Formats: sequence, structure tokens, C-alpha cells
Amino acid sequence: MNMEQIFGLYNYWIVICLMMTGFYIVIASPNMVKVVLGLNIFQTSVILMYVTMGKVEGGTAPIVPPSIANGHAAEAAIGHAAEAGHSIVAHAAETPLADVHAAAEAIVYSHPLPSVLMLTAIVVGIATTSLALALIVRIREDYGTIDENEVLEMDLQS
Amino acid sequence: MIDFNLPILLIVIPMMAAPLCVLIGHRRVAYVFCLLTTYAVFAISVALMMKVSAEGTIRYNIGNWEPPYGIEYVADSLSSFVVMFVSALGAIVLTYAPASIAKEIPESKHSLFFATYLLCLTGLLGICITGDLFNLFVFLEISSLSSYALISLGRSRRAPLAAFHYLILGSVGATFILIGIGLVYQMTGTLNMAGIAGRLPLEHGPRTVLVAFAFMTIGLFIKVAVFPLHSWLPNAYTYAPSVVTCFIAATATKVSVYALLRIVFSIFTMQFAFEQLPLRTALMVLALVGIFAASTAAVFQDNVKRLLAYSSIAQIGYILLGISMANQAGLTAGISHMFNHAIIKGGLFMVVGCFALQLGSVQLSDWRGAGRTMPWTSVAWAIGGLGLIGVPLTAGFVSKWLLLTSAFQTHHVIVAVLMLLSSLLAVVYVWRVVETLFFSEPTEKTAAAKEAPLTMLVPTYIMMGSILLFGFWTTYSADLAAAAASSLMGVAP
Repeated sequence: MNMEQIFGLYNYWIVICLMMTGFYIVIASPNMVKVVLGLNIFQTSVILMYVTMGKVEGGTAPIVPPSIANGHAAEAAIGHAAEAGHSIVAHAAETPLADVHAAAEAIVYSHPLPSVLMLTAIVVGIATTSLALALIVRIREDYGTIDENEVLEMDLQS
Repeated sequence: MIDFNLPILLIVIPMMAAPLCVLIGHRRVAYVFCLLTTYAVFAISVALMMKVSAEGTIRYNIGNWEPPYGIEYVADSLSSFVVMFVSALGAIVLTYAPASIAKEIPESKHSLFFATYLLCLTGLLGICITGDLFNLFVFLEISSLSSYALISLGRSRRAPLAAFHYLILGSVGATFILIGIGLVYQMTGTLNMAGIAGRLPLEHGPRTVLVAFAFMTIGLFIKVAVFPLHSWLPNAYTYAPSVVTCFIAATATKVSVYALLRIVFSIFTMQFAFEQLPLRTALMVLALVGIFAASTAAVFQDNVKRLLAYSSIAQIGYILLGISMANQAGLTAGISHMFNHAIIKGGLFMVVGCFALQLGSVQLSDWRGAGRTMPWTSVAWAIGGLGLIGVPLTAGFVSKWLLLTSAFQTHHVIVAVLMLLSSLLAVVYVWRVVETLFFSEPTEKTAAAKEAPLTMLVPTYIMMGSILLFGFWTTYSADLAAAAASSLMGVAP
């Protein structure tokens, strides 16, 4: 274990801390709402893990800058024109296009897919949380408490 | 056109029908609509299976995006087999449902119940047919979330509590799977199962692969209810409405076993899991301990639903035992026991539902002497019970015989002996109920009880008939399982 692993991977250390914190709350807390909170922290740590995974050093958001996008549009138009036989126009436009290509290759993008996957995971997390809270409301209506130990005690008595 | 789009129709039809059920709102119309949907899905799955057995594996690119950019659905011999029996059970359980849910679920919730039921079915079928790892997680959550909601519909105040416990454990399991998927993605850069299988550095690979494997298997063990991680199952099955228990007990754990098979055999390969890692010993020990612990627990239960729930944990042990043999015969036994146990346990929970409807109780002491007033229902219990024990000429026998053969082939004689001993425990708990039904003096309540309505008896007897039928006619059970097993083995030469 060298310094690189300790400081270079600090995001993953945060992931592990969050994960264990959440998991401990899920196991240890008798309060059902806190259990749901723990579950949320647990799931959030996974989201952080995925987002970290997709980060490329020096990378920017994977959105094509307008200048390059316009360049591509121009290229497409030229392509069509060339098909129609106007090759002179294409020839004239060659130099600016090369600049655009160079610019496009100089940009480093972060990997978008892990973040996209996490959008789905967030939706799943919200559904889980809302269902869990709805169940807690019903348990509270029936038992008058959200403390798991008290609920189990009442079940043993009845 | 329809022929080509079968894999996606299987998922889209029930998924679209679910919100329509809510929009319809009227409970009878919603029921008929839901019933038609499940039968349509069943027809599609049969057509899909025919197509797979004629043409081999079908790969379907959603939206015509080639993998790895798009999501791929794959129907091979294993997934089409599981899809077929899950959708068949979905249709039959729903046919059986109306009288039972009329009594156990408040009327205002009926159309919501049907919608949730269809969503659960969608999720289960999706797990089977998807070829994309993240998609598998999403379908797993669709089916899990809807099954938590279904369980919480039970009349007892313990139902929401059971659902809550299941939700917490299930979500932890699903998150574990998600972590595993993330790590695998980190190693391979793709989510397509076939793509991952080709790229995963298994031999002397980085530790990430091991960690991913550990997270995924533990997560799935929670969903499958492997012995030490089974604590959610008894309460969930006991307090859910009878129809929900029928459906979930018959399908949900089996589909999770399918996901386990897919991940262990198709992605990580058998060699990695069983030779480099001690999964064989681990699975075998857990399965055997689970079989004995759960069967013993079942013997002492007074609540029949709870009795069957513990028996389910034991039967899952048999399935895992077959898988742990990791040879052709063992896998065939495991896969065909998935099917056989699904029809047997589904059928037995249907019988419990009939008694619950007529006697208003699932406590064994309230069933005394019901064999005289409800002979048909009681005989159905006896048939299902024989199947559960594994008496010859029932479906249970076929898979247990395959399992025994496989144990002898791999020289696990002790395992074979223990299996036979554990079947004796099954005899005990099945007999306790038979004795109460037929050889006890009826109480006032059971003496006044009437036979269950035909709408429930007919589907129950369809299940019982299939238990007997698949006891000797194995073309569509064990033979298909054998084909599925050899295709799984083929992936890992």
C-alpha cells in the first residue's frame, strides 16, 4: 500500500466509508425510518462508486462544444455537396475542417455511461424509499410505534 | 413480424397492461383484462420456446441497436424454459385468484393488485430474457418492488412488517448485485453478458473480479433465500394474501436461481467458480444444512403457510445441491427441480388458499377433520404432498432421482444418503397435515364447511394433474432441463 493507493483513490475510500456507515445503520438501528435512511446512504455510496468509475482525469462533460458541432454540420453539408458533384467547394473548405478535427481530438471526455446507469439506479432508489416509507406509515397505524423491538415484542404478546 | 418480435412482446405486453389495469379501475373488467394478458404472455412464451427449440438461440436487439451499444435480449434453451413455466404459473394462479382475493383483499385495491401482479410478472420474465447485466438489475428491482407491495396487501397487521423486512434485505441484496455489476463493468467496459464472458480476466486476474463475484453471489443468495440468508422468506410467505404466496413461492425464488445460474455459468464460467473458487463445497454444505434445518423447522410449525415456507427453503436446498454437483446430471436435476418445485409448491399453496377461504384460518388445529367435508381439496393436498416428498410417479420423484444419480456419479454417497434422510422429514410434515385432515374428529366449524368453489378447485387440480403428468412424461420438463443444462455446460468447456 503506497501513497498513490491512499490518496489517488480517495473517492473509493469515501465510497467504502459511506457504504459501511449505511450498512451499519441498516443492521444496528431499531428505528425503521433510520433503517431506510441507512439504506439510502448505502445506495448513495454505490452511485458515487459508479460516477467515480466514469471519471477520466482532465475529462469534461461529454457534450460536443458548439464550434465543433457546427464544423461537423458543415462537413456533412459538404459531404452532400460532394456527392452532387460540387467537389470544388469541398476542396476549398478543407483547411478549417482539419482544425475542427484536431480540436475534437484534443478534448478528453468523461465516460457518460456509468452516470446514465446511475440515473436508473436513483429512480429505483426513490421507488424503494417511498415504498418503505409507505409501509412504515402502515406499521405505525397498526402498532403505534416505529421501533422494531417494540413491534416484535407486541407480536410476541398477541 | 410478430414472430420476429416475440422476445420484446413478452415484456412489453404485461408492462403496458399494468397501467391500463389501473386506468380501467373497474375490478371485474380489470380482472378479465389482466387474465387475458397473462394468457397472451403464456402463448408468446410457448411460441418462443418452440422457436428456440427449432432454430436455436434467438438474439434480439432492442430498437435495432447492435450490442454493445444497445440492449440485447437473448432467448436460449434455459431462459425460454424458465420463461415458459413462470408465465404458465402466472396465468394459472390468476385463473384461481378471484374468489380468494375477493375475501382477502379490500375491493378498492383490486385493480391496483392486478397492476402490481402484472408488473411483478414483467420483472420476472425480464430477468430471464435479458442479455444485459444492468437490465437484469432493473428487472430484478421491478419484480422485487412489486412483490413487496403485493406481500403488504395481507390482512394481518404483520403483513406490512414482513414486507418491510423483505424490502430491507432485498434492497441490500440488489445493491450488492449492483456493486458487483459495477466492478465487472470496470473490468470489461461492457454490460452485455456475452461480451463480458469473453473479456473477463479470470485466470490470475485482478482481485476486482473476485470481489465482483462475491458481491453478486451473496446478493443473489439473499434473493434465492439460501439457508443462512433466508430470514425474510417465512414471514413474507405466511402473511401475504394466499394468491400472492402462490405466485411468489412458485416463481420468484426460481427466477433468482436462474439469475444465479446465468451469472455463475455464463459469465464467470464454471471453471472459475467451481475449480478456482470453492463454490462447490460452499454450495453443497449450505444446501445440505439448509435442507435439514428448514425441514426440521417445518415439522414443528402449526401455521400451514409457514410450514410450506420452511419447506420451500429446504427445496431450494435441493436445487442448489444439484447445481453444486456442476456436472450434466446435477445441473439437469437442479433445473428440472426448479420447474417441478414450482408446480408442486404453487399447487400446495393453492390448496392452502382453498382452506383459508372456506375455514378462514391457516392454523393446522383449525383444519381438523376437514377431509370429510372438503374431500377434493384434502385429496389435492395429499397429491401435492406426495410430489413434495418425491414419491415415484410424481414430478418430485423425477428430479430427486436425477439428483441421486448425479450424487452417485460424482461419488458423493454421503450426500445421497443425507438426501434420502431429509426426504423422511418431508414425509413427517406432509403426514402431519394429512393426519389432521383425514384422521381427526371434525370440529363444529370444519363439519359445517363446504367444498371450495370450482373456480379454485379446477386450477388446483390442473396443478395436481401436471404434478402426476410430469412424473412420467418428461418431454417438456426434464428433457428441456437437460437441453438447458448442456447449453450451460457448453459455455464453459
